Amino acid sequence: MQELIRRYGISLSVIMAAMTAFWLLALVVIPNLVLFKFSFRLYLPVDQLGGPNDVYTLKNYATFFSSPIHINVFFLTILYSSLVTIICLAVTYPLAYILAKVLKPTDTATFFLVLLIPLWVSEILRSFAWFIILSMQGPLNAILTGIGLIDKPIRWISGFQSVVIGLVYAYILFMLFPIYNAIQALDTNQIEASQDLGASTWRTHWRVIIPHAKPGIASGCVMVFMLCAGSVVVPTTLASTNSRWFTEIIQQWMFEGLDWNVGSAYAFLLLALCILFVSLVMRVLNVRLVDIAK
Amino acid sequence: MSEDVHLSQICMDFGSFRAVNNVEVTIKPGEFFSFLGPSGCGKTTILRLISGFMEPTQGAVKIGGKDMKGIRPNARPTALIFQNLALFPLMPVWENITFGLEVRGVSKETRRAKAEELLQLVDLHDSADKRISQLSGGQKQRVAIARALAVEPKVMLLDEPLSALDLKLRQHMRAELRAIQKRTGVTFIYITHDQGEALAMSDRVGVMSQGILQQVATPQEIYNNPVNGFVASFVGENNVINGKVASVNGGMAQFETAKGSFHAKLGASVGLGDQAKLFVRPEFCSLQPASETKANSIAVEVTEIAFEGNFVNVFVRDNSGDTHMVQVQNDPSLPPPAPHTACQMVFNPESCMILSEAATSRHGH
Repeated sequence: MQELIRRYGISLSVIMAAMTAFWLLALVVIPNLVLFKFSFRLYLPVDQLGGPNDVYTLKNYATFFSSPIHINVFFLTILYSSLVTIICLAVTYPLAYILAKVLKPTDTATFFLVLLIPLWVSEILRSFAWFIILSMQGPLNAILTGIGLIDKPIRWISGFQSVVIGLVYAYILFMLFPIYNAIQALDTNQIEASQDLGASTWRTHWRVIIPHAKPGIASGCVMVFMLCAGSVVVPTTLASTNSRWFTEIIQQWMFEGLDWNVGSAYAFLLLALCILFVSLVMRVLNVRLVDIAK
Repeated sequence: MSEDVHLSQICMDFGSFRAVNNVEVTIKPGEFFSFLGPSGCGKTTILRLISGFMEPTQGAVKIGGKDMKGIRPNARPTALIFQNLALFPLMPVWENITFGLEVRGVSKETRRAKAEELLQLVDLHDSADKRISQLSGGQKQRVAIARALAVEPKVMLLDEPLSALDLKLRQHMRAELRAIQKRTGVTFIYITHDQGEALAMSDRVGVMSQGILQQVATPQEIYNNPVNGFVASFVGENNVINGKVASVNGGMAQFETAKGSFHAKLGASVGLGDQAKLFVRPEFCSLQPASETKANSIAVEVTEIAFEGNFVNVFVRDNSGDTHMVQVQNDPSLPPPAPHTACQMVFNPESCMILSEAATSRHGH
């Protein structure tokens, strides 16, 4: 703060601090606290608010644990979010390596532009584009049958596969950038030294590049996983009859059931359980939070 | 234990730029060979060609008589020590040293023992479990050497590994490197732009300029008998005088210049009637009283004296305004002449050379 004042003067510093505080408090902390309070109260008719029935209770949270269907959807959400994360990682790591270490820097700029342009289009439009691409009479089936790879059209939008495809597409860049940054920061001489000492390409990646890129990989995975688990647009656009996402249940409680209390309880459960899951995975893979923050 | 390295008519092009031009040299087994040249002369490219990170556009790299074409760096019998050392920061010292053994599937116990042994060799005890960041510059240097030695290379390649060290440590590591090379008998190929390093450590030196290997010889030969003007002026100091070869008599010649006529050794590739340059080392010049005119002398006036400790550089100016340098031993009983003293700069015909410019045919294609 001293440094800020010295550099920008008192008035500008106060404005900056105030705006940050406003954003953090008014737009993040307070709305969440309100919802958090909601989640411990019951959904009551207006005339009973403040009455003897308006008490703080864990009943909203218990609703989740007494509903096997919701528990099942939660685990499927975690499962498929993990799958999306793994697919993103598998696709992104080689790509990030090539962008960071193989291509000439001049070509890298072009590649990044090509990768970034789709991000300018909104998530809804991109999901809907995939809905068209994947539909029975859509271009993907037309191409595949056209070149004779398949005999009859595949029903892509069934089960979770279309949701997984859509989520991979939506969030893959959130995996790419941290890994790219991490690999780019690695001294190329380290890679050459490893090769020079006799290591195969695979061994060089395993012992030198991946350990160095681990914080980037971890932050990419956490970001993609959390975005997937919390995504609403992609699962609703690309879902089929037999795929339900946990966020859709929250949405149902809030906007169809109009029960904000259970809805917020579910939302906080999702947040808490995801954080728990991520910290467990990080513990298993021996990654610390400070590494990710770097 | 060690192998020879034969660079056979090597050329390396980057687009239209020829970085290495027709280099032909054989480095003997167990030799300490240095490539010496200014930055951009192609010496690092040569190192990368030998280690296998690049393939030559033309010619062949042969190690122990075997053509290395198509053999990747991880399969060549070479070990490279990088300019920035490129130690693995996430591994402890002993894992760094034995990384090359690890990738060959050597068991952990054997590796650990080998690491201890190599740490003894490079005089670095009790550091096996330290992190790289805990080591000093000189210690990192030793770890890098040990790591390269661990794979028992036939040829060790060193890319200016001492350039990041301070002067004292650099001089110490020179002797150390030389000793390790003698102890292990491995062929060392050393890249440097520091003539002091090259001359002090090497059995032979190859001086490079603009992609061309100008001269390959022992350090003494390079210094005392440079083949051309580039080698003479890159290695050591010189007083240079332009002129023309007037007459030739065996290995000696009479050289006509604007400052007078001088008797000097005739360098290679200079003939009768050629325009050339006379190179005289400052330490081979002496200052004599102006009174008696001697052969091979120039009348000068002392302008400045720079005391360097064990020797003194005396700067003098001749009648046409050119400055020359005369180096004399520091001797309190015989101080150099004071500034503004008129005297003559004298040099022995045997210790000055008439040389042409460097070979610079970069348009090889």
